[in-house]
Amino acid sequence: MISSLRSKNSWINGLLINSQFLSGRKWPAVYFVGHISNDMRREKKLKKSELHLLLMTLPGVIYLVINNYLPMFGIVIAFKKINTSKGIFRSEWNGISNFKFLFRSADAWLITRNTLVYNLVFIFLNIFLGVLFAILLNELWSKTFKKLSQTILILPQIVSMVIVSYMVYAFLSSDNGFINNSILISLGKNKISWYSKARYWPFILVFIQAWKSLGYNVLLFLASVVSIDSSLYESAEIDGASRIKQIRYITIPLLKPAMITLGLLMVGRIFYSDFGLFYQVPMDSGPLYPVTQTIDTYVFRGLSNISNLGMAAAAAFYQSIVGFLVIMTCNTVVKKVDAENALF
Amino acid sequence: MMKKRGKGFQVFAASIMLITCLIIVIPFLLMIISSFTEEKSLLLNGYSFFPEKWSLEAYRYILKSSGIILSSYGYSALVTLTGTILSEGMTVLLAYPLSRKDFFAERFLTVFVFITMLFNGGLVSQYMIYSTIFNIKNTFFAYLVPNLMLSGFYVMIIKNYYTANVPVELIEAARIDGSGEFYTFYKIVLPVARPIVVSMGVLIALSYWNDWTNGLYYVTKPEMYTFQSLLNRMIQQINYLTSGQMMSNAAQTQIPSVSVRMGIAAIGVIPMIIIYPFFQKFFVGGLTAGAIKG
Repeated sequence: MISSLRSKNSWINGLLINSQFLSGRKWPAVYFVGHISNDMRREKKLKKSELHLLLMTLPGVIYLVINNYLPMFGIVIAFKKINTSKGIFRSEWNGISNFKFLFRSADAWLITRNTLVYNLVFIFLNIFLGVLFAILLNELWSKTFKKLSQTILILPQIVSMVIVSYMVYAFLSSDNGFINNSILISLGKNKISWYSKARYWPFILVFIQAWKSLGYNVLLFLASVVSIDSSLYESAEIDGASRIKQIRYITIPLLKPAMITLGLLMVGRIFYSDFGLFYQVPMDSGPLYPVTQTIDTYVFRGLSNISNLGMAAAAAFYQSIVGFLVIMTCNTVVKKVDAENALF
Repeated sequence: MMKKRGKGFQVFAASIMLITCLIIVIPFLLMIISSFTEEKSLLLNGYSFFPEKWSLEAYRYILKSSGIILSSYGYSALVTLTGTILSEGMTVLLAYPLSRKDFFAERFLTVFVFITMLFNGGLVSQYMIYSTIFNIKNTFFAYLVPNLMLSGFYVMIIKNYYTANVPVELIEAARIDGSGEFYTFYKIVLPVARPIVVSMGVLIALSYWNDWTNGLYYVTKPEMYTFQSLLNRMIQQINYLTSGQMMSNAAQTQIPSVSVRMGIAAIGVIPMIIIYPFFQKFFVGGLTAGAIKG
């Protein structure tokens, strides 16, 4: 690293050479007397500016050490018998028994399955809807309508998942909910107690996720859709291609690289789930756990229940390590496909 | 020219878009209408778009109640303001030296920030560290510090913006004129980066305002609730309104709990919707800055 810095930054080069001059090993100091004072002044000034730059990074660096690096080392807690009064570093080691408990339970499989399957569905749906609505939005001829619909699509992004869960509750509450009281009754059907029937929730959660993130997903593709050269469409038009055909053979192929890259970046996060969506929206309802429990909700629930804390720590460890490996793998692939958009 | 080609498809696009916009707006509408509905007709007919009887009872109750709702609102505002200033400051300051190719620690610190984007210690470890080493439970810092204060992702976005938009010659020229690093940063770099700095500020403020997880993990005292924590607590405990804390001042026999719940959520949303058109530009700018470059 240092050698590359040397060659890259000519003034550092200069600095290093200057210090050689000053040490006087290679040339008699007297010979450079005129230069030394100048160089010394310059060197001092550079050092001061480096120090100032370093100072600028200090608050951020300290924060990252506390918020990110300490927990990275704290991850060893998964191999310990957790004692909350002793804290992470003084709790006693107990080998891999936390992991044994976790992976012997049915939970390990359940939370992995839920996290992965929901995320896969979300990724496909998000890309599909993002592309579709970016194209539709670009198609609108009224500028006002275009602007207004973009504003509305992004609206769910500005509210928290807690507020979303209130909205969902207004629809699904079994006593007062809109669906039970207005729709099902007028259809002559019985009320459904939504918050205890697990089979509906995969659809509800997928719908809410799509509803909330649609605006963002459209933004991801909109720039690419807008930037497509209109002469391509014009010549297709002359050849008699319908609008649908133009989208099929011009727009989609041109968006493909963006779709692949974004997809891979999303896959990189496949071991992480939206805690609010899976915990808050189903109102932490027990009967729904089989379809709402993900790694993140499992770890949180372990925190509030001391007997499960060890397993929660093991699950958090498992998420961190596997999640890291997945990100690295995806990034390697992105780098091959589309080097410019790789994370590093 | 646009109109000539595929009129049919444009009509199709417009109608799909219209339906989708309705689907997006409807939950907001239901919530807001419910908050203006009389409690009795809510209990009778449930949450509905066409209430039998309108009423301001829920809002009257919110104003009269012990003040916990309004104070939580103020607390949220305080957290958001403090958090945004600190977080924005740390982010723009950390990002700047990383954009300076001539800074000796540039590479090391970039990797240092980058690692935090790839790997994290997980909730258990973070929770233990914050609650046992730093003792932030039930303090102001519980809302301020964990996770929200600095995002490696934002640092990278701003760093790339500096690299792309602040010419090295400009910084060089300032140095030759005898300007110190802090002065150069404040007077030259920051003004150039203003658009991205404002956009990031909006994203940061929004994430502080909307955060309820830190409250959930680290705060147990009701008098310390931010607005989102209060909402979170109320939906978990349906009867929270009618019990303990909330009752103390509001000596009412009939508490309109069903409509009040939506009323409180609505006062969380309505101000946001009103100011949203003003910050939309920056918000969208921030979101797209995070999108891929191609």
